[in-house]
Amino acid sequence: MITIPYLTALTTYFSYGLLFAFGQFRDFFRKIFDWWQASNLQGYAPICLGLEDFYIRRLYLRIQDCFGRPIASSPDAWFDVVERYSNDNNKTLKRTEKISRCLNLGSYNYLGFAAADEYCTPRVIDSLNRFSASTCSTRVDGGTTTLHKELEECVANFVGKPAAVVFGMGYVTNSAILPVIIGKGGLIISDSLNHNSIVNGARGSGATIRVFQHNTPPHLEKVLREQIAEGQPRTHRPWKKIIVVVEGIYSMEGELCKLPEIVAICKKYKAYVYLDEAHSIGAVGKTGRGVCELLGVDTADVDIMMGTFTKSFGSCGGYIAGSKELIQYLKYTCPAHLYATSISPPAAQQIISSIKVILGEDGSSRGAQKLARIRENSNFFRSELQKMGFEVLGDNDSPVMPIMLYNPAKIPAFSRECLKQNVAVVTVAFPATPLLLARARICISASHTKEDLLKALEVISQVGDMVGIKYFPAEPEKQLQHQQPGKETIKLE
Amino acid sequence: MESTALNFVNATLNWVTLALDAPAARAVVFGVHIGGHLFVEVLLLVVILFLLSQKSYKPPKRPLTKKEIDELCDEWVPESLIPPITEEMQSEPPVLESAAGPHAIVNGKEVVNFASANYLGFIGHEKLLDSCTSALEKYGVGSCGPRGFYGTIDVHLDCEARIANFLGTTDSILYSYGLSTMFSAIPCFCKKGDIIVVDEGVHWGIQNGLYLSRSTIVYFKHNDMESLEKTLEKITAKNQRAKKLRRYIVVEAVYQNSGQIAPLDKIIKLKEKYRFRVLLDESNSIGVLGHSGRGLTEYCNVPIEKIDIVTASMGHALATEGGFCTGSARVIDHQRLSSSGYVFSASLPPYLASAAITAIDVLEQNPELTSKLKENIAILWKGLSDVQGISIASNPESPIVFLRLKKSTGSTKGDLQLLEDLANRALEEESVFVVVSKRSTLDKCPLPVGIRMFVSAAHSESDLLKACSALKKVAAVVLKDHIRP
Repeated sequence: MITIPYLTALTTYFSYGLLFAFGQFRDFFRKIFDWWQASNLQGYAPICLGLEDFYIRRLYLRIQDCFGRPIASSPDAWFDVVERYSNDNNKTLKRTEKISRCLNLGSYNYLGFAAADEYCTPRVIDSLNRFSASTCSTRVDGGTTTLHKELEECVANFVGKPAAVVFGMGYVTNSAILPVIIGKGGLIISDSLNHNSIVNGARGSGATIRVFQHNTPPHLEKVLREQIAEGQPRTHRPWKKIIVVVEGIYSMEGELCKLPEIVAICKKYKAYVYLDEAHSIGAVGKTGRGVCELLGVDTADVDIMMGTFTKSFGSCGGYIAGSKELIQYLKYTCPAHLYATSISPPAAQQIISSIKVILGEDGSSRGAQKLARIRENSNFFRSELQKMGFEVLGDNDSPVMPIMLYNPAKIPAFSRECLKQNVAVVTVAFPATPLLLARARICISASHTKEDLLKALEVISQVGDMVGIKYFPAEPEKQLQHQQPGKETIKLE
Repeated sequence: MESTALNFVNATLNWVTLALDAPAARAVVFGVHIGGHLFVEVLLLVVILFLLSQKSYKPPKRPLTKKEIDELCDEWVPESLIPPITEEMQSEPPVLESAAGPHAIVNGKEVVNFASANYLGFIGHEKLLDSCTSALEKYGVGSCGPRGFYGTIDVHLDCEARIANFLGTTDSILYSYGLSTMFSAIPCFCKKGDIIVVDEGVHWGIQNGLYLSRSTIVYFKHNDMESLEKTLEKITAKNQRAKKLRRYIVVEAVYQNSGQIAPLDKIIKLKEKYRFRVLLDESNSIGVLGHSGRGLTEYCNVPIEKIDIVTASMGHALATEGGFCTGSARVIDHQRLSSSGYVFSASLPPYLASAAITAIDVLEQNPELTSKLKENIAILWKGLSDVQGISIASNPESPIVFLRLKKSTGSTKGDLQLLEDLANRALEEESVFVVVSKRSTLDKCPLPVGIRMFVSAAHSESDLLKACSALKKVAAVVLKDHIRP
């Protein structure tokens, strides 16, 4: 839970109020100025109404250089960030040729497959030469190759379900699956902090949507009981079916979902469980199979398991795993399967190869090493940050750690100061998070070495002091035992 | 004694008479004469006040007890997650064992492939494979992040600039999936209350985008300009004072569901007359129409600035994955922050973006590919025009050749079965790979189903003639009961 100190809340409100007032002032002057110049719309309504992009024009544009930074190399542990400059006060940003080598704490590269890998890349290039970059056709027409079949078997095996179907994009997976399995007359109960793709899919399905408090199983039970007892709104007919949608790791909080309790409740009330493992598949669990393995939940209890390949597997695309009948039905009617181009063959090969590495089927133990490394890295980093006095969210074992910033002025300050010292971090503000709770989000990767993490800690501590985000008292310094260079694990006192 | 009682009664009677006739009873209060009826009125008032102060009868509210809720929860039986599996749901598509070029290997046999929308023959092209390989070695496969958080790689920016350069617009924006392009772009600009006029034959991506935008949607008859004009007239007549309402017309350049081409010049005339904005989906016309492949605007001689928003999926002529949207700078900038498929999703893998750049380079250097494609379509048309039982329902210039049954069986299911039979025989017996257009249960398109053949510039003349003769043979067998005498 996030506990925001009073003084900070006050100053944050004050800052936003000031920015809002300034913005309105400037809009007012702009309106007067535009009066002089005739508008060239000639009877068309303006394509973006004034209030819709107020936030963008007056608040976001001021700090635009902290977002959307282009890179010029693969998103590995160290990468090249392209420098940009602006002539008109951040309204437009222009690229330069200069690049600076920075430590990457922002990309979703949990197992280090982002760069060219010694096992995966040769196979990917082979499949590119064999199948070409795209099949130019949908899965039901001519887009199913032997590679796709192999991929689906591989994924089903890895996740622990009888069958799976793969799509070319994770976002579309959610948006196109929910309308197929539930429609009008059904009920979707989703966690209050679910991702935008789930919200879009739920809206597109036409079912009624109810929200339960983030990660609170007792509240879920209360909502379920109320809804089953009342039935559909206005007619009070019983619901056709109920689906509860949760995520494995919530990307803005870094928390794991309380899956055992939620599955128990859903079993009791006969609701279906839909688990979105976008961030947790491949990154948590002893062999990387996700939150089900980590929390000891049987995969047969979760009806529909969804995930993406962008984060831990270094590729693109999404999958749905479930019973054979479910997958057959989805292949028959899901629009993303029938109308969208099939996943690119090299990307499919990358997924197959990375799953083989994780499971150790390539003959080496690199997979197990990577999994152990990411766990140790995340736990070490989190505990160190907490010792320094930062307010860090998230559970142990989760590779995502948000550091709270709160004030809108600290967002660009933190981001720019870190970049000056060659550490690239990601800062998130409204609307991805609530207005007061802006944060910087760190994603740890298995390809970060100990030296990288120590450098990052040093820089963040320095910048944190400068910017003033150490909201908790720091613990007294402990003696860290450094290993000899060459070894990768570290022991804490 | 009697006299005192009598006196008492007399006194009381006297008092009552006095009270009733008392001068007070005829008092003047504020200039109003009051008679003896004062007491009756006061009594009535008291009775009224008493009745009003009574609580009205409402049945008592009894919330459900815990036990009752438990019983209801136990009784409730949900539907199963999916309906029971039928025969047709179990059919599997044919599996390719090689690249989906004009000749592909299916089930160990080499077939002539008309099922991939590989219009310019770029699948297997050397230059594309080279640029993909170098991109893979430099950047890896995935981009590991959304565009806002270090997922913007310099090839993305280069690709966007190249597309804008090629089409002649100011800027463009890349999406990581073709299907998500339209259904993210539409809700970005159309909100509740806006009016959208759309062709009834658009594909599911556009339908979903319209549904998510919650605007008022009006359909007009497929590719019928008179129906469009009537609809526009009706709408503008109703909403005279709607100055803040945004109005859009959504059409596809080459319709995926029927192969028709939209008459853009007429649409532009109507748009300017009624003040609507146009959203054009050019997935199947980029690289195909127009003498240098710039799409429907070049084909109809319309300057591209007149179209407000152009979207396209790159999974067709350009032989990569993903999609783009292009238009004026204001339109594109707005999408960078409010389009959900762009902001909340990982960016396009860099090797696909570099493949797109190479594809456009090759197309610009070899504009004769579009004329070769046109010739191929003409050859196919000539060959298929005399197949029994089947008529060609698409435009003669469209790269999607859409074959429909001359005489329908009466139901979509029956039609589908016949056509599936046709396609299967063509594949197994004649080694020609064609596919039937399939519909999802969520699709609301009312157009009839048919066989779709995607013609490519890489098909040779013998391929096309082989396809024609194969279809003739197979149609004679399968449709012999359905041919009109």
